[in-house]
Amino acid sequence: MSASFTPFVLTFDNKNNGDDMSNASEAPTPDDGLNLTDNENTGPVLAADGTPLKRSLGRALRRQKLRALMLIAPLLIFVLLTFIAPIADMLFRSVENQIVSETLPRTVVALDDWDSTTGELPSEAVYEAAYYDIFIAAERKLHTRLGSRLNYELTGASSLFRKSGRGLDDLGEVYQDQFEDLNEAWEDGETWALLMGSGDWQDKAYAWEKSSGDLAPKLELREGIEELLPKTAAAYSSFANFVRVDDGDNPATEDPWSPVYTAFWQDLTGGATVASYSGPEAELLMEAANAAGGFESTTFSEGFAGIDKDWASTPIWQTIKTYSPKYTSGYFLNSVDMQKTPDGPELRDANERIYGILFKRTMFMSMVITISCIMLGYPVAWILANLPARTANLLMILVLLPFWTSLLVRTSAWKVMLQQQGVINDVLVWLGLVGDGDRLVMINNQFGTIVAMTHILLPFMILPLYSVMQTIPPTYLRAAKSLGATNWTAFWRVYFPQSVPGIGAGSILVFILSIGYYITPEIVGGTTGTFISNRIAYHISSSLNWGLAAALGTILLAVVMILYWAYDKIVGIDNVKLG
Amino acid sequence: MVDTASREAFVEFERVQKSYDGETLVVKDLNLALPKGEFLTMLGPSGSGKTTCLMMLAGFETATHGDIRLDGVAINNIPPHKRGIGMVFQNYALFPHMTVAENLSFPLEVRKIGKSDREKKVKRALEMVQMGDFGGRRPAQLSGGQQQRIALARALVFEAELVLMDEPLGALDKQLREHMQFEIKRIADNLGITVVYVTHDQTEALTMSDRVAVFNDGKIQQLAPPDTLYEAPENSFVAQFIGENNTLEGKVREITNGVALVELDNGDLIDAKPINVSKPGERTRVSIRPERVEFNLDRLEEGSHTLKAEVQEFIYMGDIFRTRLKVAGKDDFIIKTRNAPDQVRLKPGEVVEIGWQAEDCRALDAN
Repeated sequence: MSASFTPFVLTFDNKNNGDDMSNASEAPTPDDGLNLTDNENTGPVLAADGTPLKRSLGRALRRQKLRALMLIAPLLIFVLLTFIAPIADMLFRSVENQIVSETLPRTVVALDDWDSTTGELPSEAVYEAAYYDIFIAAERKLHTRLGSRLNYELTGASSLFRKSGRGLDDLGEVYQDQFEDLNEAWEDGETWALLMGSGDWQDKAYAWEKSSGDLAPKLELREGIEELLPKTAAAYSSFANFVRVDDGDNPATEDPWSPVYTAFWQDLTGGATVASYSGPEAELLMEAANAAGGFESTTFSEGFAGIDKDWASTPIWQTIKTYSPKYTSGYFLNSVDMQKTPDGPELRDANERIYGILFKRTMFMSMVITISCIMLGYPVAWILANLPARTANLLMILVLLPFWTSLLVRTSAWKVMLQQQGVINDVLVWLGLVGDGDRLVMINNQFGTIVAMTHILLPFMILPLYSVMQTIPPTYLRAAKSLGATNWTAFWRVYFPQSVPGIGAGSILVFILSIGYYITPEIVGGTTGTFISNRIAYHISSSLNWGLAAALGTILLAVVMILYWAYDKIVGIDNVKLG
Repeated sequence: MVDTASREAFVEFERVQKSYDGETLVVKDLNLALPKGEFLTMLGPSGSGKTTCLMMLAGFETATHGDIRLDGVAINNIPPHKRGIGMVFQNYALFPHMTVAENLSFPLEVRKIGKSDREKKVKRALEMVQMGDFGGRRPAQLSGGQQQRIALARALVFEAELVLMDEPLGALDKQLREHMQFEIKRIADNLGITVVYVTHDQTEALTMSDRVAVFNDGKIQQLAPPDTLYEAPENSFVAQFIGENNTLEGKVREITNGVALVELDNGDLIDAKPINVSKPGERTRVSIRPERVEFNLDRLEEGSHTLKAEVQEFIYMGDIFRTRLKVAGKDDFIIKTRNAPDQVRLKPGEVVEIGWQAEDCRALDAN
């Protein structure tokens, strides 16, 4: 058909019953006489009112399109919410790693300057930052979560953080006790509020009542106090914020937590010019400043080392530094048996690699299952397609029967059949084919998984095969035979190529279903017959390493897409027919 | 031609019967012989057994009883692929996954013919059906008429001497069908092949065949060249099935000098040629072609019997006029007259006398 195809030409073509394949460049056929020469008019076609026909047509079709959209809208929204959104979330989770930088913000900044490859410990500033970070995280009960996260990368991190949550409290209490011994006023939250807060804020804070339902007023620092006592101000601010938001209490009346004392001591011994201060409690402050120099003290690094010697070695700091960015490739590296090291990604030790084996095994077993389904399903589909409709429908019910039985029941049935004291082994022993002592092991291994899954997925192969075969008229086989082909040649050269789209559709269905199958390998797979999906399920529900589960899932999704793409390239996706 | 001796027959059915369910016979005692080079059409309504006969000849159905011989050899137990019979199917059955050339080359490949020979033969076959440039196309890219040609070429490419065609033109529109009828006939004559052609379209059967076998109820009702079939049907089924016919029912009163006097059920008398009736008193159905009815009584013989007819309807059909009359109590009596300048155009309501030459009116069986 030429470029000047218009609906008007089409009506002429219809008169010839579509006999328009020949044109001037081809050999004349008697049909030529029936064809009208193609319309030579190439300008835009106008509708009766002078608007371009295309626009006119578009307008006419818009209503239909809108209606179609309205009809699919419920499903579309449902799919978006329950399918697309979770997948997007999963893809995001596989690289998301904000927990480290959110829980340890100061430490992450402090670690920036540290070179993790030298083997030296980080500077005192890092330990100081970690002290405040971990203390606050512990108050918020976030330190164990971070511990679990880092435990994926460094074994022992989880218990290290749990221990440190308690230990760091003791570290600060040393200063707290000494200040309180010096003057009891330091014990009192109101002293601190008076010292640190602005007058305005104090008025508002004391007027606030918890029963009002609002949060307590936000801390406003006294003018000049931040310059005078910077660390104390920062520590007190985070304390006030925590009391106000997390506890819902009034910071002005609460006794500060120990890091405020630690920071206070740091400020006083760090050369704060206390003499210049003239606000409330100036005497108290002066007293403390004079006494602070003589306090019993320790460095942060020593304090950490005292809690656990792991803090005094590099691996934990390397891990924190490696996983400090907001996004990480760590989960993906983990999924392919690699890990992040200070020197870049490298392969794990041979005895720690599991995912590569699992991926390979999943592919291999899915392939075996698909091929078994083709071998078993093809003859059945062929018979179904060539039987009279009544009988075919009856047999089809048998094919569909497994669909109506619970998956669990079917899988458990295979367990009964295949186990060592099971039906098949009993029969074999009874027949004397196998000795009672060496019964066959057919379950809790690859064989069991392949048998059970082939059985479960068989209908997915038979149905598309059947519907494709039904569309192949039996005359093709007859024609081939009348042309001199034997039964086999007729089948192989004429029937089989036409059934390939059915094989393709069935294979894609079975392969993609089996690659992500979970429940059957879980029940009959034992240790050698499990799939990657079982590992994903483990990380989702047992180890709670959702990031790794997401990365594994993403890889699985990518593999399926690549296979699909390859199939499209090799066989062509229009060659897939479901009926 | 009709009575070719059995041993000269190229294709022969002898006492062939076929039953699918063991209770009813779809083909009852078929005897048929055709010589080399004949174009034989099996014509009949659906379910008359004609396609079953063709399938038995092709080897896709086995005869329940009797012999089918090809060139003197019984082929009952020869599988279809060894019979060497070309076949054109109703929906062409061109293999959709092969190109036109591959389709044509298929029968040659399975016969293990060399590549260069194959190409030569495919080219020749394509040229024979005037489709020389279409070798690289897929069947789906061809129109119905073109697919038909390819199917024909494929049945001929391996030089089969017998070609079976199962309603090959059924899917084509009228104009193309008529064109292809001549085309198939021309090619068959040129190659001198024997053709067994199955159709339910009587025009097609009359136009193309050397002989037509009219099937009904599992039996051949009449086997004759087209003109005989049309002009001298041997029973009322054939008379009804081939062309248009007026029928009147009655009883034979007497037969004299080869003319039967038939008394119709309303008491009117007519003359007819006795075909399936032999003695007075027998019930008969007389049949007369619409174009052989006269209402210009001057053209009839002296003493001919005539009938009163009331004009019901006059239809102008261009080349002919078609007039529907009420005759002997039945209002479906048709007369066809040529559209000539001096032709009378009857008006509805008019009452005329009609009659015919006794030999144009055939007194057949009453069934």
